[in-house]
Parts: sequence; C-alpha cells; structure tokens
Amino acid sequence: MGLWKWTWASILLRLILIYFPHNLLNLSSRPELSTPLTSLRRLAEGYWLKQSSMSPYAGSMYHGSPILLSLLGPLTVIRIEGLPPQILCSLVFVIADFATAMLIRAIGRNLKVACSRKFNSLNLGKVVDNPDFLPAGDIAALVYLWNPFTIFTCVGSSTSPIENFLILLTLYGACKRLPPLAAFGWVISSHVALYPAILIIPVIFLLGYGPDSPPRKLFLEKNLTKTGDDILLKQSAKPTYFSWKSVVLFVLWASIFASCVLFLCGLYVKEYGGIHEMIQRTYGFMLTVEDLSPNIGVLWYFFAEVFDFFRYFFLIVFHVNILFMLLPLAIRLNHRPCFLAFVYIAISSILKSYPSVGDSALYLGLLSLFVNELADMQFSFFLFSGYVGVSLLSPVMHNLWIWRGTGNANFYFATAMAYACFQIVLVVESVNAILNHDRKIRKLCTTTT
Amino acid sequence: MALILRILLILLTLCLATTHELNKEEFHEELLLKPLSDRKILSHFHFRHTLPDVTHSHHSLFPKAVFQLVQKFRVRELELSFTQGRWNYERWGGYDPLSSSNAKPPGVELWAIFDVPQHEVDASWKNLTHTLSGLFCASINFLESSTEYSAPEWGSQQSSGKLRYGALPREAVCTENLTPWLKLLPCRDKAGLAALMDRPSIYRGYYHSQRLHLTSSEFGAVGSTTGIVLDQTLTLVLQPDKETGSMYSGSSIYQPNWSMSSLFGREVGGKCVLAESSTVFVLLEGGLVSTLKNTWREKEGHEADNIVVENSWSNPNFELSIPPNKVIEEVTTLHKNPSILYEYSVEDSEASKPFDLEFRWKNPVAWSSPKAPLSASRFLTGSGNERGAIAISLESSGRKDEKPQSLGDFVEKMRVSPSEDKVSPGVMEMILRLPCAVNSAALTIDFDKGFLHIDEYPPDANQGFDIPSAIVSFPDFQTKIDFLVGNSSKKSPMISKLQESRNIQSYTEVLLVPLTTPDFSMPYNVITITCTVFALYFGSLLNALRRRVAEEERHQREIAAKKTVRFPLLFKLLAMLRGQTWEQPPSQSSTSTSLINTKIVIKVIIVAGIAAGWQYYYG
Repeated sequence: MGLWKWTWASILLRLILIYFPHNLLNLSSRPELSTPLTSLRRLAEGYWLKQSSMSPYAGSMYHGSPILLSLLGPLTVIRIEGLPPQILCSLVFVIADFATAMLIRAIGRNLKVACSRKFNSLNLGKVVDNPDFLPAGDIAALVYLWNPFTIFTCVGSSTSPIENFLILLTLYGACKRLPPLAAFGWVISSHVALYPAILIIPVIFLLGYGPDSPPRKLFLEKNLTKTGDDILLKQSAKPTYFSWKSVVLFVLWASIFASCVLFLCGLYVKEYGGIHEMIQRTYGFMLTVEDLSPNIGVLWYFFAEVFDFFRYFFLIVFHVNILFMLLPLAIRLNHRPCFLAFVYIAISSILKSYPSVGDSALYLGLLSLFVNELADMQFSFFLFSGYVGVSLLSPVMHNLWIWRGTGNANFYFATAMAYACFQIVLVVESVNAILNHDRKIRKLCTTTT
Repeated sequence: MALILRILLILLTLCLATTHELNKEEFHEELLLKPLSDRKILSHFHFRHTLPDVTHSHHSLFPKAVFQLVQKFRVRELELSFTQGRWNYERWGGYDPLSSSNAKPPGVELWAIFDVPQHEVDASWKNLTHTLSGLFCASINFLESSTEYSAPEWGSQQSSGKLRYGALPREAVCTENLTPWLKLLPCRDKAGLAALMDRPSIYRGYYHSQRLHLTSSEFGAVGSTTGIVLDQTLTLVLQPDKETGSMYSGSSIYQPNWSMSSLFGREVGGKCVLAESSTVFVLLEGGLVSTLKNTWREKEGHEADNIVVENSWSNPNFELSIPPNKVIEEVTTLHKNPSILYEYSVEDSEASKPFDLEFRWKNPVAWSSPKAPLSASRFLTGSGNERGAIAISLESSGRKDEKPQSLGDFVEKMRVSPSEDKVSPGVMEMILRLPCAVNSAALTIDFDKGFLHIDEYPPDANQGFDIPSAIVSFPDFQTKIDFLVGNSSKKSPMISKLQESRNIQSYTEVLLVPLTTPDFSMPYNVITITCTVFALYFGSLLNALRRRVAEEERHQREIAAKKTVRFPLLFKLLAMLRGQTWEQPPSQSSTSTSLINTKIVIKVIIVAGIAAGWQYYYG
C-alpha cells in the first residue's frame, strides 16, 4: 500500500516539475544530466535536419540511434498551447521511469522467490523468512523513483530514462527466462547506448542458471554430505543444471532482432551515407571521445589535455579497462548474475565516454535490490556523503568556470575525479560485501550440517 | 634578291605590327577622388591590365606570376582583398557602385571560381591559397584548412558549386602586403599614379583596402575575347590635414580643403610611360551636387540648372586648381540628382611641373550619402561560455515601432550546411523577401560553444575566435552611374566599372567569440591523476575478487598464531641486542641465511662480471 502511495507521489512530483519551473534551473542544458548522446535538444536538431532532407548526423549535433530519432523525433515538434515545449517527450520519460521502477520491483520479487527456494533447499529457510529480511524489490523501486538523480534526469530532457528502461527490460526478460524479451532488450539497448552490450554475460548466466543464489558449490557439498558414499550416482543425478536451450534461443532471437535493427537503420539512413556512416557517427563518436565538452566523467579533460600521439593508446587503455574486468567478475560472481549486471553497469558508467547521472541512477536502483546481501557493506555513510557532496559541488564548480569565469577547468575536473573515486569505492566495497555474504552463508551451511 | 628579301622583311614586320596591335596588352592607371560627407576623402586607385592573347607565355606588361597562377589552377575568377578598418556604410555610402564593389570586410577575403572538375576544386583551392600566400606575404595559407573556407551558392554569383570563399578576419595588413601588390604594376611605385602611395600617409587613413580582382575567359569561354583582365584597386579613406582645411573654422559645417600633395604627401611626377592612359577623376555625388545647386540658387537668385555643365570648374562653392579636361554628367532617369565627374589626364603634365590637383571650398556645405535599403549589423547575445547566439538585425533608415511578426513568413529560400566539429564551418544562406513596410528584422542563430584540444587553441587563446563577416546583398536593388560618354570605344576602365550594374552588397561586423579554455599547464598532472584513479579501480577491484575464503581463514589462523609467537620473537630480539645467545637457536634458519648470502654473493659476482665484460667489449 505504502509502495503505491509513494510511487504515485513520485510521479506527481515529476509532473509538477515538468509543468512548472522548467526553465528555472535550465536543467536540459546541465552537463550532468544530458550528454551529447542523450540530449533531447540534439535529438530535436537531428529530427529537424532529417525533416529538411539532410542527414540527421550532419553538423555533429546528433549522435544517437535512428530508432530513437524516429520514435521521439515527431514528439519533439508537437506543441500544445499553454504547456511547456516537448511536454510529450517528458511524459514519455515519466512513463519510462515508472515502467523501469515496476521492472525493478518485479526483478526483486523474482530474486526473492528464487532466493527462498534455494535457501530452503540448503535448510537455511529461516534466513529468508526472518522479518528482518527486507522486501528488496519494493525498496529498490522506490529508491529508483525517489533518487534525485532519476528525477532530475527525467525532468531534464535527456533520453537516459529510455536507455535505463531498455536495460532493465533485458534483465527482467532474462530473470523470467523469456529469451525473446531478453534478446529484444539487449539488442535495442546495445544499439542505443553500446555499453549495455557487455550485459550479454549476466544475461546468459541468468538464462542458464536462473537468478542469484548462493554459490553452487554449496549445493554440491550439501548433496555430498547427504548421500555419503554413492557420490558418483548423486552427482550424475543432480548436476549443476545449465539450460543450454534458452541460451541458444536467446542467441537466435538476438540475431533476428539485430538483423531487424540493422535493416531498419539501413533503411532510415540509406540516402545519407548508409549504415557505415551511422556507425561512424554513433559508435565511432562514443569510442573516440570526439566531443570534449565537460561532463561528470573524467575522459573529456583527459583527452583535451593528452598529447595527440598518445590519444589512441589511451583510448584503447580506457576501453580495455572495462573489458579486462569482465572475465574476472564473471568467474567470481557467476552464481549472482543480477549482481554481476549491477557491477557491469556501474563500471561502464564510471568509464564510459559520456556518463551522466542517469546512469548512476540506474545502478543505484539496482544496488538497492541487494539490500539484504549488502547489509554489512563498509563505508556506506562515507559514500552517501560523498555522493551528496559531489552532486552539490559539481554544479557550483561548473558555474564558477563556465558562467562566472572565476574558476577554471581544474575545479570542475576535481569534482569529476572525486565522483569517479566514490563510484570506484562503491563498486569495490559492494563486491567485497557480496563475497563476504557468500562466505557467511557458507559458514552457516557448514555449521547447520 | 635583296629587294625581295627586304620586301619580305617589311611585310613580316608589318604583319608582326598588326598582330601586335590586335593582341596588345594594355595597362591603365586611374585615380578617383571623392569628398565624403564626414569631411574625409575617398581615394580609389584603379590599375587595369588586360591580356587579350593568352596563347603566348611571353608578356611585356602582364605580371607573369598572375598569368602562371591563372594557367596552373585554371581560375575563372578570383578576388583577393586585404583590408584594414571598417567601411562606414552610414556616412560613406552604401548605395553606390563604389561602396558595393570596394567595401570589404576587415582582414583578408578571398574567393575564387575554378574551371576544373568538381572533385578537383578543393585541391585547386588549397594550392591557390598557398601560392597567393607566397605571392603576397600573408598567411592566406590558413584558408587551406577545411574549417576556414566554404562553398556558398547564392552569395555573389551563380557558380555551380565551383566557388570557394574564405576569410581571415584577424589578418593584419601592412606594407609587406602592399609591396608585392605594387610589384605587379609595370612602373611599381616609381612613376605614374602609384607614386602617390607614400606608406605613412596611406596607412594613416581610416580605411584601407587593397584588392586584386582577375577575370579570365580563357577556358572554354564563348563570346568574350578579353583574355585575362586583372584589376588592382586600392581604396583609401583619408582625412585631409586640419591646418590646410580650416578655412571656416568658426562654422560647424565646413569641408576641409585638400590637394593631392596634402593627402598623400607626394605629387604625381607624370604618367607611367607604359600605361595606355593615366587619368585622375574627381567625383561629386548626387547629394552634394544638389546641395551645391540649391546654395547657388539661393545666392545668385537665378535658375541654374545647367551651371555644372556650362561653367564646370569655377563656381561659387568650390574651386579646382586645374581646369578639368572633361566634365561628365550622369544620365539620370528619375528625379535623382546626377553625379558629376571631372576628368584630368595626367599625360599632359610635364616632368618639370608635377600634377597636383587642389580642391578648395568657398562655402560650407553639408550633404548625406545614399544608404543601402537596410543597414545590417550583427552582434553576439548571451552570457557565459556554454552557449550563445548570433543576432543579425536589418534596419531601414526610417524607424518606427510595430507589432513583431515571425521572420519565417518572409523566408523565401534557405540553405544550411551545418558545421562539422573540426571539419567544416557552418554556412547558412537565406533569401528573405521583406515587404516595404518592414522597418526592422532580426535573425538569431543559437550555437553551442565547443571545447577543443589544447593544441587547437591559438596562442592567445583567451582573446577568442573571430567569425568572419556576413554578406548582405540586395538582388533587387542595382546600382550604377551612367555617364554620358560619347565615344564608347575608348572608354576608361574606371567609368566602365562605374557603369556596370551591380547588386547592392554590404558586409556586417566581424565577431569575436570568447571560448572557455582548459588549463594549458596541466597535461602531465591530468594524465598522472587520471591514471592513478584508474589504477586504483583496477587494483582494488581485482584484489577484492582474488581473495579466497580458505586463504582468508589461513591468514586469520596465521595472525592468531603470530599473536602467541610474537612475544618469543621479541624476547629473542632483545636477547640478540644484549649480545646473548637464544636458548634454542634454529639451526635451519642460520644455514638458510648463509645459503642466501652465498647465493646473493654469486649473483652479484655474475652480474658484475657481465657488466664488466659488456663494458670491456662494447663500452
């Protein structure tokens, strides 16, 4: 009951913010909220170019996907008398936010069901049925809806809510073991934002093994201790089950959707240089960090300052930093695919070329799906204060540098640096906490048997 | 035999002479002086080379450098101007052929039409900029970069995409650009009208625009037989010396008296002997002529419509020191006042008596120059360094308030080529059709300010970036001055230029856009700090993943064990410090340490040996 009240309240707040002081804070031009990839202003420009029969990518203004352009573009030009411009887009973003929160809630419920089943099979049912065991799904949905980052991103005319929605659609489809839905979400979100492509690993784990559970070794040990002598027989009777079928289905569906998306995009940009030009202007733009305008990441200043002949070296280093972490994390956290997805999203939002607080909103929402597991996390107050401090200081420094001219770029870069550090600490500490949690379960297991 | 030979020779020479007569290269030099309404004098030098025959590569007068340039890059038309100062459209006129063709934006402006296939135009342009850069000692080569030039389609002429236009607003213009320009003249500045170009006096003026315009009809042209025509003009706006001009110092409206020697500090010794004609004109514009007529009418009290023609150079308002060779009056159709042109030929003057024209006012006069239908000005709006807007306002002279209306209704045609970051500039061309009732129109274009790499900022990054002038032209408003010239076959280039019908054209101001700069001293700090953060991320995350439960527990046990062992160790240390021997010296450890010691010694010896050998053989 409380959940729905708070949900409606958050939606009402968004509507009020959209309707009233839209231009008061000038949110749509904040570098923290809208990046060159997610800015709705740029999308409207791209749509205008397309309407005047020019390439939407002409003029280095729009760098997003043609799909978003054809879906949101027509909404940007519709004006309703007495309402702020682009109200329809804002409404779409509100709906996307709501849907995302509902998906988070559904994932949370799914995780809880799976968790209690697994714990029961380990004779640890009392841990889950404990009244201290929080309803993580509801909490995460509310955290997502009431996170100021989410609210400002939603109000500030940026397409991040839609990207977040697509990512969660992928995870939801994978959690529910619906390969077509997961494949659809994965293909579209990777097409729109590129970085969600790395989510293929947690999605395959989710489809193969099912949602998060204690380490599989525990079940084996359990079986071992139960059966005693005839180990071989029991192991063959109940192996660690990996459903190849749904993974193969996922791959099939993903290839179908990918070819559809490529075909549609090719059709859309046929007269303007074709698919090659589109890839150059979207993914090329993301990967080569062409736009050096300030954002909350660290790459813009780095590439504004770095010597030209090192540019490609560092581009490779920074992108490889994301890729190098995938495998160790996948090996260590393969029994917790949802958590793995959270870590991947957090890492990519730290290291991506044009991060915004919308990405942070997403991983903070996912983080609160694991409130029970991460109860013993260290530095949580320190991190909370750090996030608050940075999100207050960053606009101030930006104002000092850009508008007043009394500060310089280093001031703003310092806040970006601090933000990156806090995010890193958050990721490392949450990974630590989840591993400790697994150890605790193991200990519980050994003590109960 | 000899006779026949001689006849042949004569015939040959005759032939040569006739062909020479037909394909004669010509050079004309002319100077036009015109009093401006704000007590300044416009002096406009015009030098014209014509090369009718372009098949021979041997020329007597035509500058070889320009000929080669036309040949090599297949230039159809080219205009290069170096300008310092801004033409004052309000006071110096904006509705006459002189201002439309000679008022140029500050800095360097270059446009060229090429006669090459479409895909070679850019390459030709780049080569051309480099050649001109070398020819005129200017940094025209900066126009080579694709961010600096554009291909407008409607701006000046129909060119089917072979026109390239570039401007460098910040280029400083000085004598080093004038000297190579003068070198193209056959007499340089040693004789003829160019001798007037005394550097201090011409650079002291309010406006200085040195221009080179060439038209070639060589490449596949039909109908025209002119070959290459090279026009070099120098337009100056000078202020006559106050001392010589203070005749009516008590009155507020007086015009200064001036002479060529007082304006330029030099006199014309005689014509350039290589020039076909050497002429000086004095132009009185229509507004001035009508004012003069009115004052005379008031003073004399009789009808004086024909005064100017009858008694041309001596009248009660002003006096010219030398009687003009010819007085030409403009042919006007409507009730517009005719302009008057006084023509002097310099060839009549001898070397002993230099040509020095003096203009003396007898009465104070005031008049105003004709203005363009709309005066355009451009400015920046917005504050801060994130975004801004360029506003162009067009205003007619008579202003009154009215209800604002969307400009979109008047846009007839629009062509936008959006800017690509670091690749090409943004160009917007608009054709507006404004009704006569419109008194002012404003156009704003929003832009985002970019952030560049530190190497891409100019050395004085905090000064900002210049945006070249916008061109405003009025295709429905043509201007020309039709002079009654009897014999059209021997028309002077200046008069034919004035008689050409041209669109009214004006340039707006150059804009200076300040951009945010990064900290230029930071590259090393930024690289090290960022890499440290990335190392922190990678290291700590990998460390968190690497830890194992069993290992942890062993570690815990070790710590627990150490807690019990710590004290004996401490005691042992204390004992060692005291010089006593410990009860149970672990023999194993002592042997291991000695082993280690021998190992280390052997390693050191090996390394030293290798080093010594290396040093011995290769050092």
